[in-house]
Amino acid sequence: MSALERLRGILGEGPYRVVPTRDAATPCLEVERAELRELARRLRDECGFESNTFVTAIDRLPARPRFEVDYQLLSISAGDRVRVRVLLDEDDAWVPSIADLWPGAAFSERECFDMFGVRFEGHPKLERLLMPAGYEHHPLRKDFPHHGIEPDRLYREWERGRARGAS
Amino acid sequence: MSGMQTFEYAPGTLPADLDPDDPLHGELLQLNVGPQHPATHGVLRLLVTLDGETIRAVEPDVGYLHRGKEKTCESLGWRKFFPHTDRLDYVQPLMNNCAYALALEKLGGVEVPPRGQEIRVLLMELSRISAHLIYLGTTGIDLGAVTMFFLCFSERERIYDLLDAYTGHRMNNTYVRIGGVYADVDESLASAIREWVDSFPAKIDEFERMLTGNRIWYDRTHGVGVLGADAARAWSLTGPNLRASGIDFDLRRAEPYSGYEDYDFEIPIGTAGDCFDRYLVRIEEMRQSIRICRQALARLERSRGAEFLAEDRRYVLPPRDKVQTSMEELIFQFKVVTDMRLPRGEVYRAVESSKGELGFFVASDGTSQPLRCHIRSPSLMNVQAIPLLAEGRLFSDLVAIIGSLDFVMGEVDR
Repeated sequence: MSALERLRGILGEGPYRVVPTRDAATPCLEVERAELRELARRLRDECGFESNTFVTAIDRLPARPRFEVDYQLLSISAGDRVRVRVLLDEDDAWVPSIADLWPGAAFSERECFDMFGVRFEGHPKLERLLMPAGYEHHPLRKDFPHHGIEPDRLYREWERGRARGAS
Repeated sequence: MSGMQTFEYAPGTLPADLDPDDPLHGELLQLNVGPQHPATHGVLRLLVTLDGETIRAVEPDVGYLHRGKEKTCESLGWRKFFPHTDRLDYVQPLMNNCAYALALEKLGGVEVPPRGQEIRVLLMELSRISAHLIYLGTTGIDLGAVTMFFLCFSERERIYDLLDAYTGHRMNNTYVRIGGVYADVDESLASAIREWVDSFPAKIDEFERMLTGNRIWYDRTHGVGVLGADAARAWSLTGPNLRASGIDFDLRRAEPYSGYEDYDFEIPIGTAGDCFDRYLVRIEEMRQSIRICRQALARLERSRGAEFLAEDRRYVLPPRDKVQTSMEELIFQFKVVTDMRLPRGEVYRAVESSKGELGFFVASDGTSQPLRCHIRSPSLMNVQAIPLLAEGRLFSDLVAIIGSLDFVMGEVDR
């Protein structure tokens, strides 16, 4: 029984849409933002996806909707994976956090917020993970240039401090 | 799991049961550990809140080694990103190469010839042993077993000598390509590896004689940093850390790649999920890796002379001698170097690395420019679990916990 058949048997035709992908073994479910948490909870409690592998996003600029947030879930007991995706517009880039369902997703969500500026509402500590606090940009967005943006505000503050004689 | 089970993720928050009038407790001290501290195994900063010797809260602060590898992949293109994967988990570069190559092969639909897979398995298992030796040596020196550091690093040096003979580099080898590996393992190299493989089990016994029954080692690790099975799964832990908590999950078995389904090996499982179990699991994994290495060497013996790189001109460079004699092959070389396209779509492929599930989520829009390459880093999840294991323990246990979780900051920060 494929992973998709198993999921269909448990979830029914549900509030999701199955997206065909190049990965035959891992079904990809597209879901509306409002239905995300309910689907995530059912995947965890009814379908046995005990572990969140990662949360990330894809910036499809200039396509609309611009962002795609991807959740990869793993069921260790059933040996299945599933991918859940939510499409988001640029001016409305937020999703509810799933860090209370899978605490392991907390760092992934922070990283995704840091890199793409997608907000995870309800996250207990939505701060930058890799870039310094106070950094102004979201580096993995497609409109962020590969060579970086300088001078950045943090760099300018450091320069001013150095000019004043502080180390 | 039944009902709506939720978890509270609140790093750095203090428990409510602190009594400020208690003369022994209540006065909190914030201690900054790192980012430059030998026991943090790289540039990890921990903000520890101490109540006497007891850890009340730990907050990991990562990002000091962030080099923007995922963005670099988007600007370099699929092929040129291979050397950058070496620098993720820099103690096992060939494992990272293989994981990345497997993801691209899955997206592109490339079949690796059997001999290429056998060489990859051999390289991945050597990498795993090498990475576990780093774990053992550094954790040993952190907990006072200085001799372990020298024993492990001298053995690791012998693996590096073998890889040097094969790739010409001790570290950052970049020897895996889409469709196979760059060069064949010849007879002299195979016999050198066989000689080392035969000598290593005695060394593992020596490590065990030094540590397993050692009273100090046992007291420092046994019952320290206990992680239950449910928590290990919910906190996205994988690899030896997950298996030490009693969960039988190994990607080499669950989602076999590179022909692992044909190899005969066992997966060690812990019971208690403490630092001592994580140590035992890794020791046994080294023994099993030696078993796999022996089988891979025997297969290489049988398949001598066979192809080790796929003949797929969409992604694989033609051999050098053909490029200089055939116009068509020259065009293929030019196309692969300048404009290698992967089909449109997204795939995720993970391997069982020494730290856990190392995966690449690659998305292509059909052009030669990668759309997205997300690196699923097991080390990041291991760092995330530090507060879970350390809070409520003594400060000296933090060193044992950090060592036993086994992460490399190059992979955490990417």
